[in-house]
Amino acid sequence: MDIKQQAAIIKEEFENKINEVKSLKELNDLKIGYLGKKGPIFEFSSMIKDAPDKKEFGIVMNDLKNSVNTKIEELKSKFEQEELDKKLQSEKIDLTFPSTKIKKGSIHPLNRTIEEIEDIFISMGYEVVDGPELETDEFCFERLNLPEGHPARDMQDSFYISEKDLLRTQTSAVQARTMLKYEGKKPIRMICVGKTYRREDDATHSHQFNQVEGLVIDKKENNVSLSDLKGTLEVFMKRMLGENTNLRFRPSYFPFTEPSYEVDVTCFKCKGKGCNLCKDTGWIELLGSGIVHPNVLKMNGYDPEEYSGFAFGTGIDRLAMFKYGITDMRYLYQNDIRFLKQFDRRDID
Amino acid sequence: MILSRNFVKDYIDLDDSLSIEQIAEDMTRIGNEYDYAGKFISCTNLVVGKVISCVNHPDSDHLHVCKVDIKTEVLDIVCGAPNVKEGIKVIVALNGAQLPGGVIKKGMIRGMESNGMICSIEELGLDSKYLKEEDKTGIAILDDDAPIGEDALKYLGWDDETIDFELTANRGDLLSIIGMAYELGALYDKKVKDINLNYEEINNNINDEFSIEVNTDNCSLFLAKKVIDVTIKESPDFIKNRLMASGIRPINNVVDISNYVMLETGQPLHFYDADELGNKLIVRMANDNEKLVTLDNNERTLSSSDIVISTDAEAVGLAGVMGGITTEVTSKTKNVIIESAIFDGVKVRKTSKKILRSEASNRFEKGLDSKRTYMAINRACHLLEKYANAKVYKGICEYNNVDDSDKKITIKYSNINDVLGSNISNDEILEVFRKLGFTYESDEDKAVVCIPSRRLDINIKEDLIEEVSRIYGVDNIESTLPKIGEVNNVYDNTNRLIRYKMSSLGLNETLTYVLVNDKDSHMFTNNLYEEIKLLDPITEDRNTLRYSVLQSLFKVYDYNKAHNNKDVSLFEIGKGFAKNDNNYIEEEKLACLMSGNYIYEVGNDKKIDFYVIKGVLEELLDYLGYKDRYTIKESCNIPKEFHPYQCADIIVNGKNVGIIGKLHPNVSKDVFVFEINLSLLKQIRVGSIKFKEINKYPQVKKDMAFVVDKNITSDEMLREIKKSGGKMVSDVNIFDIYEGENIGSTNKSIAFNVTFEDYTRTLTDNEVMDVFNKIISDIEKKFNAKLRSM
Repeated sequence: MDIKQQAAIIKEEFENKINEVKSLKELNDLKIGYLGKKGPIFEFSSMIKDAPDKKEFGIVMNDLKNSVNTKIEELKSKFEQEELDKKLQSEKIDLTFPSTKIKKGSIHPLNRTIEEIEDIFISMGYEVVDGPELETDEFCFERLNLPEGHPARDMQDSFYISEKDLLRTQTSAVQARTMLKYEGKKPIRMICVGKTYRREDDATHSHQFNQVEGLVIDKKENNVSLSDLKGTLEVFMKRMLGENTNLRFRPSYFPFTEPSYEVDVTCFKCKGKGCNLCKDTGWIELLGSGIVHPNVLKMNGYDPEEYSGFAFGTGIDRLAMFKYGITDMRYLYQNDIRFLKQFDRRDID
Repeated sequence: MILSRNFVKDYIDLDDSLSIEQIAEDMTRIGNEYDYAGKFISCTNLVVGKVISCVNHPDSDHLHVCKVDIKTEVLDIVCGAPNVKEGIKVIVALNGAQLPGGVIKKGMIRGMESNGMICSIEELGLDSKYLKEEDKTGIAILDDDAPIGEDALKYLGWDDETIDFELTANRGDLLSIIGMAYELGALYDKKVKDINLNYEEINNNINDEFSIEVNTDNCSLFLAKKVIDVTIKESPDFIKNRLMASGIRPINNVVDISNYVMLETGQPLHFYDADELGNKLIVRMANDNEKLVTLDNNERTLSSSDIVISTDAEAVGLAGVMGGITTEVTSKTKNVIIESAIFDGVKVRKTSKKILRSEASNRFEKGLDSKRTYMAINRACHLLEKYANAKVYKGICEYNNVDDSDKKITIKYSNINDVLGSNISNDEILEVFRKLGFTYESDEDKAVVCIPSRRLDINIKEDLIEEVSRIYGVDNIESTLPKIGEVNNVYDNTNRLIRYKMSSLGLNETLTYVLVNDKDSHMFTNNLYEEIKLLDPITEDRNTLRYSVLQSLFKVYDYNKAHNNKDVSLFEIGKGFAKNDNNYIEEEKLACLMSGNYIYEVGNDKKIDFYVIKGVLEELLDYLGYKDRYTIKESCNIPKEFHPYQCADIIVNGKNVGIIGKLHPNVSKDVFVFEINLSLLKQIRVGSIKFKEINKYPQVKKDMAFVVDKNITSDEMLREIKKSGGKMVSDVNIFDIYEGENIGSTNKSIAFNVTFEDYTRTLTDNEVMDVFNKIISDIEKKFNAKLRSM
């Protein structure tokens, strides 16, 4: 037999055996059996010393080795693939099983409403200012043209902590502070949002509530007027309550503005048709506003001959209730988790 | 102020076609809000009928079967009233009539046909304060001359309509029918009619026998007239009806006239029984502790801030508030002194708040027109002469210290249009003044407007501008936006960022009350400040300003626990208040409370513990830019509500800005909290983000573990490692902590992972090992630690 025939026999024998192999371990055994020290290939290779043509033997020998190796590697990777597939299959999970969750937080609906108001006015170039909740008579009343004994002080029963100090009854107190800050020189365009307190507590009045106050003052040549006030409040209300909201300005009386107007908006509930919320009038009284009283300008350092302006204010609690359809004011301050949790996502206007 | 349509018709012609609701809406548009507009008596289908026969119901012991003539037909009506009888005139509610109790329908009553109802006064819905006993017990029996078939409400004079106005504090002039007439006149462009002030005078002169004296600045006008020989009786129907429509109960003709004139003119009057009074009235301030028995038979103790009317001997009335009982007009009164005066509104308000707020005191508070003071006293004489047979003395006792010179305001038309942002023509402006009944002189660019004395609210040109906007109509002014001038648009969004961070970390934002019970105001703090109490709280539950926001959150936690709400994690930004010497402290705080589960994983939930809440705190401080500038330090001043060994101060930049810890189990189980003083924290400045170059050279990471005494904190060691390693060490992390018998019960083992790097070159093994070994020996020395084999 020449060496080629011998190699062919070994190869055939190997191929018969490898076709029987069922596992990686058997394959490994076969590999050791064939390529190991006492294996047929080793034996075959030891015949080189007797080979007449060593070069030819080398070639045949290499072909045989390569062929065996290739077969083994092919089968090996086939087995490995099968094993991996099996492993992956064993990793099948119930994809609908509950996820791992971090607790969900939320932002209080009142603060969400406040942010919306702030953003509306920031977009119109307003400054957002802050003021103390513990105020003095002077800023809460006197500097707003409400001297002691003024009948309008009766309208606002207050929580006093001393003869002269009280929890602010209105964010208007910040008007005077802002005017003093700008020393009668600079134009003002500000809002102030915050907590206010009045000595009343019933189903529709909380002793603590929130207001936003706006003040715009500019030189006479820029002529801040009632029509500007109308336009500003229209933008404010339409953005808050919807484009179809109408406003009604009713002349009224506030000591810090003259002329003064109460502003009604189209009833949120019935859209103006008349319902129990608006007492069938189709209107909800929402804001107080007016042209800043010359005494207020004067008392706070602005010359009424050179400057004019408007001011407005409104309660926020009712706006928040409307915006989210909250049915009872008490929910706002009760802080039941079942209530708070509902405000855990972005808002869509 | 309730406006009676019948009453105001005396002074202005209103179109009958205008509904009362329309008038109310129109008045609202010019600034006068209302609560109610509608009929005085809201019944329909009532006629005058005559009972032409009345027999007992065959099947009842109290019902009667009546035949009632209503002119157009004769109705069979079953009536249960005890006082029904043949021949009387009655009020008949016809089939379909609406009464407060329901709709009247034809029907059978115990087998007898009944085609309507004979009514009592009570059944018509007249307010109970006006009802006499007989109005409730039986049907109303009308006068014999009542015309059969006529609308019964019209016959009674109750076909009135009313509007209940909620007036603004500055419009005292509208607390009168005449004032209302002027307002309606401006609205509908109608003229106001004159009031009848005529009466005869007898020869006696009041000044011969009576005098007045005013001893206080708080009375600017005081008038007195005398009438004699009055006949006390019931008022005529029109007076009674108008008083009732206006909300005032009729008493007798003299008392009613005093109220009637107040309603008409807005000027409250007081009538004294002249025979009980002596011959002098003095207006003065009361003496402290002076006593006066008022009309309602209560003894009042007065103070020097009350204005009184007195005789030489004693006080006989509280000015503007209530008369005294000794000089009251009674059924026996013959002679009357009429007082018409103006007292200081602030003083009257203070007194009336103590005693009784009334129609009269309300009018004094809002201010009075001196012309009306004279008008009212003369009107009273006119009516007393006419309806009480009074004889009026000549003369008047008069003290007048009122400046009643005409108010004139000069206003430029351009000024009006500037303020309103409008384009109203000069003629339209002058038209408004004319409608309001203001006289004026005008030229091309301005008007000088003469303000009638009744309009106490108009003093400056801005007041006139408001009048123009009222009558011209704000709806007719276009909307614009202010011109953008120089703008200072700054907004500190720190709180907003905090809210979003805290929310994204899984906490629910709350909104709580600042007012708390004084017992709770110091919970969760150890501050030495004094709490701030309200002078006049509504309830004891809310009598003090809170200092700590944490106690508010704790109340919310308690509430939710009681409602079986689990996993309560809350935060709030709010103010805390306290007093320090004489200064008030108002600080903004962020409070956070966590309990229950934090991470949910089936079978493997992560409960909140100290390290979770500490993580939340660090996450927030890092986000706000304080990374590497804070530490928490065992607190040496732990409030009693905290766990004594799980509580620490929060130190940022060396400043104590808050507290973090577990609550004491006596307070609540497994609740973790922190509170940061945001006012303080915000003072610690943070710069903007600055990019740091990424290192091109490799880092070397090495681990080391030490066994140390349990009392040594990991933070101390971490800092020491950084310090010892110097600038080569860029980061140190703790990755393991172990306690166990094999290292000794008082010890713990902490393992650190240390990162070495240099931004200019690759570090050699030897360099790193040198520093590594230095750290180990430094730590062993400083903390008496032992390196543990890794």
